Amino acid sequence: MNDMRTDAAINAGARDFSVARANAVALYTITRREMRRMLRIWTQTLIPPAITMTLYFVIFGTLIGRRIGTIEGGFTYMQYIVPGLVMMSIINNCYSNITSSFFGSKFGRYVEELLASPMPSWVVLAGYVAGAVLRGLLVGIIVLGIALLFTSLRLAHPLVAVTTVLLGATIFSLAGFINAMFAKKFDDIAIVPTFVLTPLTYLGGVFYSVNMLGEPWHAISLVNPILYMVNAFRYGILGVGDVPLWVAYVVMCAFVAVLGTIALTLLHRGVGLRS
Amino acid sequence: MSASAAARDLAALETIDLRKTYSNGVQALKGVSLRVAPGDFFALLGPNGAGKSTLIGILSSLVNPTSGDARVFGISIHNDRGGVMRQIGLVPQEINFNQFETPFEICVNVAGFYGIPRRIATQRAEKYLNELRIWDKAHQPTRMMSGGMKRRLMIARAMMNEPRLLILDEPTAGVDIEIRRSMWQFITGINRAGTTVILTTHYLEEAEQLCRNIAIIDHGAIVENTAMRTLLGKLDVETFVLDIRGSCDALPDVPGVKLTCLDAHTLEAEMSKQHDLNSLFAMLSARGITVTSMRNKTNRLEELFVRLVEQSSSGSKVAA
Repeated sequence: MNDMRTDAAINAGARDFSVARANAVALYTITRREMRRMLRIWTQTLIPPAITMTLYFVIFGTLIGRRIGTIEGGFTYMQYIVPGLVMMSIINNCYSNITSSFFGSKFGRYVEELLASPMPSWVVLAGYVAGAVLRGLLVGIIVLGIALLFTSLRLAHPLVAVTTVLLGATIFSLAGFINAMFAKKFDDIAIVPTFVLTPLTYLGGVFYSVNMLGEPWHAISLVNPILYMVNAFRYGILGVGDVPLWVAYVVMCAFVAVLGTIALTLLHRGVGLRS
Repeated sequence: MSASAAARDLAALETIDLRKTYSNGVQALKGVSLRVAPGDFFALLGPNGAGKSTLIGILSSLVNPTSGDARVFGISIHNDRGGVMRQIGLVPQEINFNQFETPFEICVNVAGFYGIPRRIATQRAEKYLNELRIWDKAHQPTRMMSGGMKRRLMIARAMMNEPRLLILDEPTAGVDIEIRRSMWQFITGINRAGTTVILTTHYLEEAEQLCRNIAIIDHGAIVENTAMRTLLGKLDVETFVLDIRGSCDALPDVPGVKLTCLDAHTLEAEMSKQHDLNSLFAMLSARGITVTSMRNKTNRLEELFVRLVEQSSSGSKVAA
């Protein structure tokens, strides 16, 4: 009897291990496919943010920034806006990567390759999010590299900078995934970036400190989740920020948990995918 | 019963009172119960909109059933979706791969989705792309491939997890006869090697030639489910088209055979299966008519299919 139990336990253990290994292979496959897609169309994925951000640095950082002088903590305006612009490009690229890729797979029906496979929903979600986060990170590194051509920066709190980037990238990858699940046409994946993401980013303290705002604008700004990401990242790079760090982490972790749960539930139910 | 005997008795596919009602109220499946034995080459036929694709969609996890169950080699889609998917290879009706990827990438990626390590996946991709004669296009974007090549790629892709149950949903639609034959040769080989095959097709002569068992579905219900031989045996009347030399004006009166002159050199003979052809030929010959060639007016299965679907439709109308 004991031997039988032992055998059953060994078999169950072996099965769990092989399922875990299969999931790891599947996760790697989706992530790799996403990376290859991103690199295959590098002129659409990597070059545009580099050009856009170079223009921001030249116009806002160098030309206008020179007249502004120093801002909070004695940093030049150029130094002040770099973290926000890096975060902005990461957020935008994570979002657009996952919406275009996942909606494209729905539109071309090759999402059925994933749905008809034994992969659990969380592996599909994690693979797409990993691909989007990696694109965000790559774009972030490129933009940071360009920024260093215009100004010098010191990394005040590396761990804060890295965790903020990862959390921010994950949040907007999850949000993009949810958008792509509901989208029925290409217009549906353009609406949110145009009417929600861009205004929130511009009003999220990328170009200014929210402490400069009077009431009620200061209070309204605190509802904007991007404010917490930009300021936490600014704290990681420059050591200054408008919001307490712990509040920023609580907000970001809450968004990851809520959006992750929604995305996973939608995917599991097959909303917009299964009839 | 021994473990191996029990494994042999497990149906490759068993659906139990499977029902599907779409959100717009359309009842696509009205309690489909079906059993496909392991190793079978099974035809699932039905007119457009009969419910075939819904049934296949449920089996391949693309459609959620409203009620009922489907078991693949004993594994329920409700209890272990992943386990069911590991057993199945699906060739869908419509092209559904990324047209910007190459056949090799598509096959290796799909193997990855099944958890197959890359080293094995690349070997299998090479093997199946070679066997389906598209290896020379393996590294070209698929959007540059012909329709027939895309169809073959979908079969290669479905083979990447080396499934025990291969489901082919109209795999030869729009494919020329030469490629269609090579595809059937490949699939017959797979079936001989032990893979259960379920086929839906509108080319009924293919189903007749290839499949051992058959189910006909119409209006979401199974109207016939039997061995191909048994079904064909039910056909009591056959119609032949005879190409003749001689005058069509002097047709003999053959008991049990209805002869109709289609044109000066073509004759149609409708006769019961009990009637032998020798007496017909002898009587025609006695009138100076020589039969130069002969063919079935329609495929036998096609004739039965049309009758069953018509019966089912009239039954539905009566019920309605």
